[in-house]
Amino acid sequence: MDCDICGKKAKVHLTQLVGGQIKKIALCDDCAKEKGVTDPTGFALAEMLLGKSAGKVSVPAPFQTGAGRRCAGCGFTLDDLRRIRRFGCAECYTTFHDEVGQMLRGMHKGTRHCGKVPAGLMELHARTQRLEELRGKLDLAVNSENYEEAAGLRDEIRRIELRATPTKD
Amino acid sequence: MMRFTTLVKNPADWMTGEGADNAIVLTSRIRLARNLRGESFPGWAKKEERRHALEVMRPAVEALPCMKDAFSQELDDLSSVQKQVLVERHLISREHAARGEGSAAVIERRQSIALMLNEEDHLRMQSIRPGLALRSAFDALATVDEELEKSLDLAFDHELGYLTTCPTNLGTGLRASAMLHLPALVLGDQIGQVLQAVNKIGLAVRGLYGEGTESLGNLFQISNQSTLGESEETILRRLERVISQVATHERNARDKLLEDDPAMVADKIGRAYGVLKHAWIIDSKEALNHLSLLRLGGDLGFLPADTVKSCDALLMDIQPAHLQLHSGRKLSPEERDSIRAEIVRGRLQSLQAPDMGSTRKKNDSPDQNPEIL
Repeated sequence: MDCDICGKKAKVHLTQLVGGQIKKIALCDDCAKEKGVTDPTGFALAEMLLGKSAGKVSVPAPFQTGAGRRCAGCGFTLDDLRRIRRFGCAECYTTFHDEVGQMLRGMHKGTRHCGKVPAGLMELHARTQRLEELRGKLDLAVNSENYEEAAGLRDEIRRIELRATPTKD
Repeated sequence: MMRFTTLVKNPADWMTGEGADNAIVLTSRIRLARNLRGESFPGWAKKEERRHALEVMRPAVEALPCMKDAFSQELDDLSSVQKQVLVERHLISREHAARGEGSAAVIERRQSIALMLNEEDHLRMQSIRPGLALRSAFDALATVDEELEKSLDLAFDHELGYLTTCPTNLGTGLRASAMLHLPALVLGDQIGQVLQAVNKIGLAVRGLYGEGTESLGNLFQISNQSTLGESEETILRRLERVISQVATHERNARDKLLEDDPAMVADKIGRAYGVLKHAWIIDSKEALNHLSLLRLGGDLGFLPADTVKSCDALLMDIQPAHLQLHSGRKLSPEERDSIRAEIVRGRLQSLQAPDMGSTRKKNDSPDQNPEIL
């Protein structure tokens, strides 16, 4: 494994739990010395990764990435989320979409709802799920340079999207 | 509107196993968590916001067909003993009882469907049935859910399902659980193994009053933990399968105890009978543990079969808040222990001493009192 900073052969491997998320980093001897990685307990990996106040950090600061980010619906912040591990309102799930993804890792049997859907949303739900499935297939087709299949998928996606917008006859 | 005293006057059918086999699986319970779109979740909402959410939900809940002439109260209007009684009956949660302002409970007359408004989520709905009946409990609640979504704008996401305050409830918002009485597995020292196996497949095992409570009276709750990524059907099917397996283990353990060590079983049940019939001071823990053995005696045929039912009613009635409600005043712990003993003695007055010769084998019909025959 190579050093995450300079690309030389890494000698120091660190794993740290930052805000409930495991982060790993590899450093070569020189970089480790330069960053002052002698006592791993007093070393804030997240800060180093973000390039903030490198080298003179002693206390890990888990609330790095936009702790001030705020839900427009209810004023809930990322900081609040990290503190209470619960959300402020339904819209928070959109505001903190990435964090939700991290929190859900290993929490449930899956990450996608397969249960009951409110009757009024059934059609929309089926269409949304179908579109996501097709988009996933399209990505695969493009990546494997299967352009003929990709074109077919693209057309089908368009058809469904068109049906979604009400026509004004 | 139903009054509190009327609501709690009689035990619900599910509390005494009316119309179901509840010898091992006492009750099945389904809980669904739902929230309103565009309203802060109760724990984050300001007082006025909570009040507003309540004003939106309450009329819709009270208009449910099953809630005709139901009990509907804001928690602030209930005394702490009344709230505690509802907790002891599993009709509201401890967390809900602690919430107060802007929270309410709407409970169907037969106490088989109860909705908590502004608990951790805007709506926590539960349905309880005696015996192992997760499916029918779920069906009853699904009807309520479908009725409510017509009038309430529920928070639902196409990827994450029903959105909840805590991500551990996302998706189906479904917590299904059953209360099991497992004295033979405990006596036979197999309980650890069984519960570990249950845990291993991702199900939770808890004590009598849910999360973080100890197991008393050999009563255990088994419930699902995962709510996302599987359908309600899959969750219920797995849980029912595991619960009936555990119940079969308990049944086998009961038969084995009778075969291997009938004297030990007779001794335990006889002592429990003696203590409960003659104690003048008894704390809740001791009473629950002896009632558990008496209940076992009823199932095994040492005691008349309806002993099981008497025990189940007592399990509820000897809880601290129920005792205070019964006496109509606040009681010191010492007074509670005396009144508890008095109630137990009174209920068991006509119960004959266990007949150690009349144990029931697997397929026998429950024995009547042999002296009369």
